[in-house]
Amino acid sequence: MKKTLLLTALLSATALGAQASELKIGLESDPDALDPDKSRTFVGRIVFTSLCDKLVDITPELSIVPQLATAWETSDDGKALTMTLRDGVTFHDGTPFNAEAVKANIERSKTFDESVRKSELSSIDTVEVVDALTVKFNLSASDATLLAQLADRAGMMMAPSALSPDFASNPVCSGPFTLTERVSQDKIVLDKFAGYWNADAILLERVTLVMIPDSTVRLANLQSGDIQIVNQLSATDAAAVEGNARLRFANITGLGYQGLTFNGANGDKSNNPLGQNAKLREAFDLSIDRDAINQVVFNGLFTPASQPFTPASPYYNPDFPVIKRDIEAAKAILAEAGVQTPVKVQVQVPNTPVTLQLMQVIQSMVAEAGFEVELVSKEFATLIADASVGDFQISQQGWSGRVDPDGNIFGFVTTDAGFNDGKYSNAEVDRLLREARTISDPAARAERYKAATAILAVDRPLIYLYHLGWLYGLDAKVQGLTLYPDGMLRLEGVSVTE
Amino acid sequence: MFVFFLRRLLVAVPTLILISIFVFLLQQLLPGDPVLAMAGEDRDLATLAALRERYGLNETLPVQYWVWISAVLQGDFGTSIRSGEPILDLILQKLPVTLQLAAMSLAFAMLIGIPMGIVSAVNKGTKIDLAANVIALSGLSIPNFWLGIMLILLVSVRWQLFPASGYVPPSEDFWQSIRTMLMPSFVLGTGLAAALMRHTRSSMLEVLRQDYVRTARAKGLTERRVVLRHAFRNALTPIVTLTALLFGELVAGAVLTEQIFTIPGFGKLIVDAVFNRDYAVVQGVVLVTAFGFIFMNLLADMAYVLLNPRLRHAR
Repeated sequence: MKKTLLLTALLSATALGAQASELKIGLESDPDALDPDKSRTFVGRIVFTSLCDKLVDITPELSIVPQLATAWETSDDGKALTMTLRDGVTFHDGTPFNAEAVKANIERSKTFDESVRKSELSSIDTVEVVDALTVKFNLSASDATLLAQLADRAGMMMAPSALSPDFASNPVCSGPFTLTERVSQDKIVLDKFAGYWNADAILLERVTLVMIPDSTVRLANLQSGDIQIVNQLSATDAAAVEGNARLRFANITGLGYQGLTFNGANGDKSNNPLGQNAKLREAFDLSIDRDAINQVVFNGLFTPASQPFTPASPYYNPDFPVIKRDIEAAKAILAEAGVQTPVKVQVQVPNTPVTLQLMQVIQSMVAEAGFEVELVSKEFATLIADASVGDFQISQQGWSGRVDPDGNIFGFVTTDAGFNDGKYSNAEVDRLLREARTISDPAARAERYKAATAILAVDRPLIYLYHLGWLYGLDAKVQGLTLYPDGMLRLEGVSVTE
Repeated sequence: MFVFFLRRLLVAVPTLILISIFVFLLQQLLPGDPVLAMAGEDRDLATLAALRERYGLNETLPVQYWVWISAVLQGDFGTSIRSGEPILDLILQKLPVTLQLAAMSLAFAMLIGIPMGIVSAVNKGTKIDLAANVIALSGLSIPNFWLGIMLILLVSVRWQLFPASGYVPPSEDFWQSIRTMLMPSFVLGTGLAAALMRHTRSSMLEVLRQDYVRTARAKGLTERRVVLRHAFRNALTPIVTLTALLFGELVAGAVLTEQIFTIPGFGKLIVDAVFNRDYAVVQGVVLVTAFGFIFMNLLADMAYVLLNPRLRHAR
């Protein structure tokens, strides 16, 4: 009797798994609050991509394209952005999307006490409802980064009827899927929203996001057929996926980077040879073989870097190619500086196996030039806390990347910016990057970034090591997935064949 | 009996208060800033200050503790800094998951450990005894994470028999729930089975030496009856006690097992909360776990008294 029951259970489970209308995605961690104004995690953004439409979206080439806004226009003085909204859009609860809704959303993002979107929308002074489908943002100053902000969480539209501090427990947006169930640290179940304005492009009835922190277990779930997409596949598992006829490997270079931040002026720890001497930082930089790191640590899947902008970005600058290893030049610099070798320096590194391996490789590379690196591995929350108070000489840190170039540079190198842990300060860099924020002409912006990058390439408050790649393991049955440099999974046109 | 129960329960109160203070202070020793940990890539200084204010992190430690403990005494465990969910909801959501894992692991441990202990005691000094001991030692020494990953690779990936990870509540699909929990509870159960086997063995050896067992044999009872009815029953008392005390080990083991198999239980809750510096969650979970442990100890003591009439009269 029991055997029969077990067999029935097995069969019914198999039957469920075979339904092609459902897609299961393995995520690496549990998102935080499902409220675009409160959200701070990368995986949270992945959930929102299916749940909440934004005013605008991006293409894989990082151009801004319509989503809930169909057209937009910036005034000549750059101080007003007028958007025409898509007609006939409703929120998941059936209430209409219109200019009033946009006004309510932006005002909440700017005033809600727990909102972390305030700085992203700081240039917006007031929101004006021109008519039901036209909205005008009056800006305090011209802001070139605003459209890119509206292509992310700051531009996600929540139903005004559902706006409360507790929005996260029952998020109501206008995206292709609605939230059916959330079990924290376990799964998020999304069902197709029948009233979606672009419903024809949505071929899946249900999407389940399963949180599986261990990358080996995430891969095992893909291999066993329990999930169909592995997000953040580890580079060392790529070969296993490629070698499996039932699976497919996919990757795209992301917008983010990993690098080394030097403490130049943040507290006592900045009093170290590398913190005080840009020439020594240059020697350190020249001793690193980025191609070798990519091959050894990342199976050649990432992109070596010497600037904050990835090759995918229109702002990528070919004038700053990846720095090649030149150990003789590095030694010459050390000799010229007259410092006693080995130059001792401490590097703080997150305690994950990959970052430790990365830093061990660098440790041995720079040792040849005459640097003696001591690695101190720290759990991530401790690492960022120490970095922000200046308790470091060099800190190995990264950034997940933003669509607009400003998001990848401004906060790290301008005076007193939030991520400027080494307290680097250069008036010219500040001026150039502030100007770049306000100019809408891409060519003129690019010029400012080039000029700032040129200064930073000499001063080296931080050095870039590589651009992250977004690596995915897919079941071969998954069709129609387009990858984006922002690492989001857009499910329009995605299907799972029988 | 009731007075005994009540008295023990009252003794538990200062213990719990001490634990709450201890956990609270221990967390303050953790490096890292909860607000910075939760801010992630949105490190806007004004926002950080507002969040600190909102969660009362600017207050002095005694004030923070007092605010927290007085709310807890009124049944309010606060909300998670990270997800914004009420902690009591989280605890009530996760507790049944870990209890199911614990119950199934204990079942595995007892099904494997006790029979092996009996067989090994009855056949003391023979090859069977040796084999049972080797198996028990292996159970104790094989790390859970290794066994877990191996089982996933073999049973889920190679044979595709059970899901590799995850959790299905029994209310949703009973058999699927059992299927998903089989591997994790086996992994968690094997380590405990070894302890239980060795305990059963020594307890049985002790009893088998007693006069009444010789008498039973002399009466001409079958060996099976002697072992199971006369010896095992008497050897059971310490085994029951140990089983109840294993609860603590189960919770500790669940922390690791739940990580491997991605089970959304207590263990995963507390590990994630520590990494995210979600202080209030850690405090709530530890407090509830400590209470559970004290309660299980109490049950064990009572079972001991119930099973052994001599103790009852000695009181």
